[in-house]
Amino acid sequence: MFPNFPIWPVRAATSASNLDALFIFLLLVTGTVTLMIFILITLFALRYRHDLVDKPTPILGSLALETTWSLVPFGIFLIFFVWGAVLYFQERTAPPDSMEIYVVAKQWMWKLQHADGQREINELHVPVDRNVKLIMTSQDVIHSFFVPAFRLKQDVLPGRYTTLWFHAIRPGTYHLFCAEYCGTQHSGMIGSIVVMNPAAYEAWLSGGGGEGSLASTGQKLFQQLGCGSCHRSDTQGRGPNLVGVFSKPVLLEDGRTVVADENYVRESILNPGAKIVAGFKNIMPSFQGVVNEEQLLSLIAYVKSLQGSQQAEPVSNRPAVPNTSAQPRVK
Amino acid sequence: MATASAITAEREHYLNADYGFRSWLLTTDHKRIALLYLITITFFFFVGGFFALLIRLELLTPQGDLVQADTYNKLFSMHGQVMIFFFLLPAVPAVLGNFLVPMMIGAKDLAFPRINLLSWYLFIIGGGLMLYTMLTGGVDTGWTFYVPLSTAYLGTHVVLAAVSIFIAGFSSILTGLNFIVTIHRMRAPGMTWGRMPLFLWSNYATSIIQVLGTPVLAITLALVGLERMFHLGVFNPQLGGDPLLFQHLFWFYSHPAVYIMILPGMGVVSEIIPCFSRKRVFGYEFVALASIGIAVLGFLVWAHHMFVAGISVYSAMVFSFFSYLVAVPSAIKVFNWTATMYKGKIYYSTPMLYAMGFIGLFTMGGMTGLFLASLGVDVHVTDTYFIVAHFHYIMVGGMVMAYLAGMHFWWPKITGRMYPESWGKLAAMTIFIGFNLTFFPQFILGWTGMPRRYHAYTPEFQVLNVLSTAGSTVLAVGYLLPMVYFLWSLRYGKEAGDNPWGAAGLEWKTASPPPTYNFEETPVVTWEAYNYDDLPKEVPVVG
Ligand code: HEC
Ligand SMILES: [Cu+2]
Ligand SMILES: [Cu+2]
Repeated sequence: MFPNFPIWPVRAATSASNLDALFIFLLLVTGTVTLMIFILITLFALRYRHDLVDKPTPILGSLALETTWSLVPFGIFLIFFVWGAVLYFQERTAPPDSMEIYVVAKQWMWKLQHADGQREINELHVPVDRNVKLIMTSQDVIHSFFVPAFRLKQDVLPGRYTTLWFHAIRPGTYHLFCAEYCGTQHSGMIGSIVVMNPAAYEAWLSGGGGEGSLASTGQKLFQQLGCGSCHRSDTQGRGPNLVGVFSKPVLLEDGRTVVADENYVRESILNPGAKIVAGFKNIMPSFQGVVNEEQLLSLIAYVKSLQGSQQAEPVSNRPAVPNTSAQPRVK
Repeated sequence: MATASAITAEREHYLNADYGFRSWLLTTDHKRIALLYLITITFFFFVGGFFALLIRLELLTPQGDLVQADTYNKLFSMHGQVMIFFFLLPAVPAVLGNFLVPMMIGAKDLAFPRINLLSWYLFIIGGGLMLYTMLTGGVDTGWTFYVPLSTAYLGTHVVLAAVSIFIAGFSSILTGLNFIVTIHRMRAPGMTWGRMPLFLWSNYATSIIQVLGTPVLAITLALVGLERMFHLGVFNPQLGGDPLLFQHLFWFYSHPAVYIMILPGMGVVSEIIPCFSRKRVFGYEFVALASIGIAVLGFLVWAHHMFVAGISVYSAMVFSFFSYLVAVPSAIKVFNWTATMYKGKIYYSTPMLYAMGFIGLFTMGGMTGLFLASLGVDVHVTDTYFIVAHFHYIMVGGMVMAYLAGMHFWWPKITGRMYPESWGKLAAMTIFIGFNLTFFPQFILGWTGMPRRYHAYTPEFQVLNVLSTAGSTVLAVGYLLPMVYFLWSLRYGKEAGDNPWGAAGLEWKTASPPPTYNFEETPVVTWEAYNYDDLPKEVPVVG
């Protein structure tokens, strides 16, 4: 009818279908109540117009009514709250089998890196029907990764990682917007998400001129920067053995335990003194200013890839975490 | 009546008690200070409105073709800063509140008349700095000053704008302090808390927020200035700071600030609806306590502005829950206003039209707030035009409507003259229609995914943007009308008499315009608020 006048955004991911159900429910409930109030006001205004009424009837109030119109709305609000919270929780908990893509935002572009080494700018190719997790950071100010067709948005902050995951259900090209005001060309910081059929995606992957996987780039860097001289894959290094560390709990010198997620590894490289691994000295130099955001991501990808052999416990030169029930948590 | 007007001609009142600039600029009379504020904020309203029109004109076409991107960013930043800090926050408290708080409790003036004048001077200094900021190149931080953009990346007058808001903030704190002390200490004999008009309850609640919340904004802006000038590492991660800390501090003030803007408007509506329904407000205690409830709960919801900012899932849930809780007292108010009209004797005078418009638009603003409080929905619509529409429904549809309702209701008291009633109704309708035309399409724009603060946008959003821009011109005409006929009425308006609406409330028991000390003798209150049962059933002027 009006090709250029959408009133409903396309639904291209599971998150979009879930959200639309809640949105329609909210529309129906709030729409009914709003209409009810409008009708009452109009009705009262017409029925009790001053020349139709001789004397107003004094009414002070009614405790029963007050209780009703406090508690009933509150009950309805609770439904909105719980439903919304459940969706939010799902949106924020990436399934463990997600394929990971790294996003670096800067004024005013999106840089995307696939695990296989492909790099893209302002365009992201993903396969349909796969769980995809984005690990995002900014090189400068706060940006926000917003895909209306997925009904998803997440701010992208400098100095840390935030994540977002989705499961696309419909091949196509969708808008990617920056939704947090970030300076002059904020409205130019847009791009597209290309959701592809698995075959097309494979073709695209092999066509792209990746220079080796992200982890292998990270491995080279690891050697170049001399990380390997302290972090050895045996028990003899001056620094902890990094094999099998990622996403596991780490015991710190001050007795706390933290999970080695992306933000932790990042901090360990840029600000090693902030959290000291138990049994080690604060001798690791800071690499702040030495590595840029993209190199940092490749180092993280490398640390992640050091998963040791699946059967045996990896060799470790660190004290074990006392509370064995501590489960790795993925943020 | 006729004889009364004849006498008014020579009678001495606060307007003719003294003449000349000095008598105004050094006045400590709360009524004159209210007028000083009125002139100042009206000026800023039209400045902010002018920026808004330029924004809407730019958005007529998808390309950024009317102004440069940087200019556009300055326009929406200064529109926000001017409208929020120099119009909405002071509008009802500093103009109507200043004029009415002492009169409604039967006092001669506020508790600290000189501090009241000092408030206005601080406001003028802050406003002057804001003007200077605008004239020397402006500022493009948004009204939100988000870091590290504001502290490390923008080259505009960020510090100047922050200082200007910092200073204006103290004016707001002092006004709040003055109201709290006045309401506690200066009520006339018999004016118990339970007999106070609801306008006072809501201004009291507002004052609490002003006094407790504004200092946090001051600290936050000071830190922004220090980080920008001396690279203090508070917020910028490159200096070891935390950008989310800024957002927590900023919204700790700025969410309650929303209630500084809307609560006094609710107070206005609570006066007008009973008057033009000729009956007592329904559920007085509930409406009064709802104001206090909003003020208290309003401090517990700030992080609902940060659901996608990177806070933990669990803290987001807590803030979502409290956001629903704070919606309950607002719902209570709407239901009570509606119930007040039931079995009343309703007059469609201009203030009443505005008040009914307020209920409608505020309800829509509130209902869409329920969407935003729901975590999953917020993720999609936050930072889009849905948010822009939502808060304009509350701030402009709600607050500005209430402010205009109040200006029309008390204009006869303030000036002693009536405004032309049919023009008043015409303007009210124009504003209502123009407002909906401007902002309703923005809900759809946001839902379909158009981000806010976009200088250029993708073509599929154009139809709704054109509608919105068309609406904004209607709205502009609507706002100019009262400006013209209010000025006209100063000279040509009919004499109002003491109580043209037959309204309850002590302010109507004295002359219009009131004498300098408000009452010939201190009134003694022996009746409940809104005792319309004891008053004439007809509204003298309209009826
Ligand atoms: C001078 C030796 C040294 C160098 C060089 C060094 N590290 Fe470290 N690193 C350490 C020590 C010692 C620790 C444990 C104490 C601490 O947490 O600071 C550590 C801790 C870490 C941790 C946290 C490990 C855990 O088990 O929690 C990571 C990750 C890490 N380093 C990565 C790197 C990377 C990547 C490089 C190269 C860019 C690097 N390190 C270079 C000595 C070093
Ligand atoms: Cu951006
Ligand atoms: Cu808020």
